[in-house]
Amino acid sequence: MRLDYPANVKIIRVPCTGKVDVIHLLRAIQKGADGAYCVGCLEGACHYNEGNLRCRERVNHVRELLDEIGIEGDRVRMYNLSSGEGPTFAQYAKEMTEHIKELGPNPLNQNKDATNKKKAAA
Amino acid sequence: MIVAKRKPFEEIKDMLKGYKKVLNVGCGTCVSVCLAGGEKEVAVLNAEIDMARKLDNDPIELGAYTVERQCDREYLAELDDMVKDYDALISMACGVGIQFLAERFPETPVLPAVDTSGLAVNQAVGWYEERCRSCQSCVLGWTGGICPVTMCAKGLYNGPCGGTNQGKCEISQDQPCAWYLIHERLSAQDRLDNIKRIKAPSTWCDQVPRTLIQPGYKKPEEEE
Repeated sequence: MRLDYPANVKIIRVPCTGKVDVIHLLRAIQKGADGAYCVGCLEGACHYNEGNLRCRERVNHVRELLDEIGIEGDRVRMYNLSSGEGPTFAQYAKEMTEHIKELGPNPLNQNKDATNKKKAAA
Repeated sequence: MIVAKRKPFEEIKDMLKGYKKVLNVGCGTCVSVCLAGGEKEVAVLNAEIDMARKLDNDPIELGAYTVERQCDREYLAELDDMVKDYDALISMACGVGIQFLAERFPETPVLPAVDTSGLAVNQAVGWYEERCRSCQSCVLGWTGGICPVTMCAKGLYNGPCGGTNQGKCEISQDQPCAWYLIHERLSAQDRLDNIKRIKAPSTWCDQVPRTLIQPGYKKPEEEE
């Protein structure tokens, strides 16, 4: 299909979204990603019955954890589509990118930038 | 198994104020199984603390180590050489483990990261239901294997009370009446006469810290 989607999206492949754990998503944000999202199969269509539902739970948990810390939980999202929906995949990538652009950079990076500037000034 | 729940993040963050280098100690037994304080939960909490402190411009150095059991000296010994490098310890074990860790390293502050809630069964992944209050006066043999101390809102050894209502407890329609359940179970087992047994007043052994030495495990020097 040769569809275009934003180049800032980095894909990490997993056998099933049920493999995605809380720590994977937290680490992404901790290491400076501005956002992270999981794209799973449609609800009710999981080959392992509930992999995507478990992922949804974990994504929601991570959102709560981030809110507790003081980082917007909405930087982490869950999307669902079927494997035949290439255009929807590209659309979700665009949607997430635009959403993250609205939120701005990861606050952890903003602090780092401020510290670096201070160091440079000194 | 012993189950526990992670403390609210704000509370943990508050306890950690002023400490710059902290070791987070997990426990590989009960709290690992109940997904509250094992290796994975230690990693998650450390990631949270790290991010929160960076946001506050007050970075913290964190270590992570999960011992097999925090309620056994032999496993705590693994930490002996490590602890001196840290300002404080976080323990993600149950209340027993937290205290044993604090006892082993009395000069280092030990901070709890979980609230221990009790003894529970595993109904599904991540879903636990309390079944025992460790009263040390077990009556399960006469109550059809249903604990009235845990399941009855009043903890009645001899029940039911007048609040039983169509199988529910007077405190809530969501709370089954323990003594109704006991009646049904005993009735199905054709031993309903057991419900008439009167349990003598409990000795409430759980009002003081208990020490248990299993038969055959007394040290020779302690024998009279």
